[in-house]
Amino acid sequence: MKNKTQMRKRIIRSLPLYAMLLPGMVYILINNYIPMTGIIVAFKKYSAQKGIWGSEWTGLSNFVYLFRNDASILIRNTLLYNIAFLFLDMFFGIVLAILITDVYHKKLKKLYQSAILLPFLISIVIVSYIVYAFLSVENGMFNSILGAMGREEIQWYSSPQYWPFILCFVHVWKGVGYGCLIYIAGIAGIDPALYESAKLDGASKWKQIRYVTLPELVPSVITLLLLNVGHIFNSDFGLFYQVPQNSGALYSVTNTIDTYVYRALISAGGIGKSSAAGVFQSVVGFVLVMLSNAIVRKFSKENAIF
Amino acid sequence: MIKSRKFYGYQILINLILAVTAIIIIVPLILLFISSVSSEASLIVNGYSFFPSELSLEGYRYIWLNRGTVFRAYGMTILVTAVGTVCNVILSSMMAYALSDRKLPGRSIFNFVIFFTMLFSGGLVPSYIMWTSTFHIKNTVWALLVPNLLLSPMNVILIRTYMMNSIPESLYEAAEIDGGGHLIRYLRVALPLGKPILVTMGLFSGLAYWNDWTNGLYYLTDPKLYSIQVLLNKMIQDIQAIQANAVTASSGAAMRVPQISIRMAIAFVALLPILAIYPFLQKYFAEGIALGAVKG
Repeated sequence: MKNKTQMRKRIIRSLPLYAMLLPGMVYILINNYIPMTGIIVAFKKYSAQKGIWGSEWTGLSNFVYLFRNDASILIRNTLLYNIAFLFLDMFFGIVLAILITDVYHKKLKKLYQSAILLPFLISIVIVSYIVYAFLSVENGMFNSILGAMGREEIQWYSSPQYWPFILCFVHVWKGVGYGCLIYIAGIAGIDPALYESAKLDGASKWKQIRYVTLPELVPSVITLLLLNVGHIFNSDFGLFYQVPQNSGALYSVTNTIDTYVYRALISAGGIGKSSAAGVFQSVVGFVLVMLSNAIVRKFSKENAIF
Repeated sequence: MIKSRKFYGYQILINLILAVTAIIIIVPLILLFISSVSSEASLIVNGYSFFPSELSLEGYRYIWLNRGTVFRAYGMTILVTAVGTVCNVILSSMMAYALSDRKLPGRSIFNFVIFFTMLFSGGLVPSYIMWTSTFHIKNTVWALLVPNLLLSPMNVILIRTYMMNSIPESLYEAAEIDGGGHLIRYLRVALPLGKPILVTMGLFSGLAYWNDWTNGLYYLTDPKLYSIQVLLNKMIQDIQAIQANAVTASSGAAMRVPQISIRMAIAFVALLPILAIYPFLQKYFAEGIALGAVKG
């Protein structure tokens, strides 16, 4: 009885707090939760007049269609690019972080860090303009260089074989600063006494990296890896749609789940397969996030997201 | 003596590697700038080049002469970025303040509701249907402002954590003794003392608005509402359309697409504010990234 009145008092005293929560909560409800209920559209034959709730159920036919036709290449592209990105980010991020940490001159250190982070802030549309400056068939710089060398020009935007490399390069160029900063923070957290004792033992610079820096980074590397595995079915829409300029000739190596969802959505009658691909991505992504988090929890509890 | 020689050798080596890396990373941006000040003739004859045969400001002159389109889009970007960022910071700081109160009944439920959105999402299709057929935001300014960017659950969580860990409880108590309710505590204690995190999160929100082109891609077909990124995106789509249809230069699409130097000038103008603020705010960007990395 007493508890109840106390509770009521606390709630009344917190009314201003609820008022402050309200606008944001309403937004989250609309922007995030209503679309979650809308995933049932993947199990329906959507008609714009009837709306999501009024449309007829079709069971799994959207998924059957998706998996009979397009799914394998989308999943392959999404997974392979993500795996490649994971390792490239890790490799370049750690190498640059070690080098930057060792720079003695403070101002140069800051300069390198700033330069490496800059592309992270640039919109992918502008990035696609820059890529086009290099790869445009008539005016691109690469073709000018090939021409000057007496080699034949390359139709970059219709030659899929080059794009896995181009996309990896653009991804690393744009994202390496981000990963690098995280690893710099990791290296800064290593106990200096470890280096001191390694130096006393006469360890060379390389040996210090090999036997102190890298082993000390392992926990954060594994955590980052696992957390990223949770997002392995998500792809950077801008990178795969905008940078290849939505070129149809490149779909075999640029079509990922996210680009497919968008292109199917805007094509006539494509809403069924589009929503099926979206639901597949959301559900598998959810399962993977839960799994990877459970593993991180076991492995290093303080790094788990929940 | 030997050690110091080794030290200098190593310093020269790593500085060399990093300088080359930094140049490789910056060079594409220089190409963007140089092609925006190259003459059209040199771009067509020699292609994009770091050493154009002729410099010219015709790209920028075109922007000035046709300021209707470009300035309009630029103004749209500034408007949406300013309004969106302010709303984002107000909404998320209010939520964060409320959730930082350990005595708030139902706190863990609210925390979960916010957090769950980071684990599961409905995806593009249901969102698209909702925004277009329930809220009718297609071809309104709301399209650039509202979907996805108005509030980031991650920001709310980061601000809340900061308010809980870095603002001493005693300051709140002092405000309470002075007779201040929650609103006073929020305005006089949480906002001023939370400034570092609010600036960082505001900066990331502003960057997201400035760089966003997807909301425009999904929900806008009216050129009057284009932001600068949406305009750039539509221009590059028009180039694609020309090449795909192999239409002649006299057709409509070809007329609409501005020439190379003009396109590059517009792209550079869109990038300029970021380049201008970056040296001063680099610290906040770096801190924001490090914060995000701590959790998720």
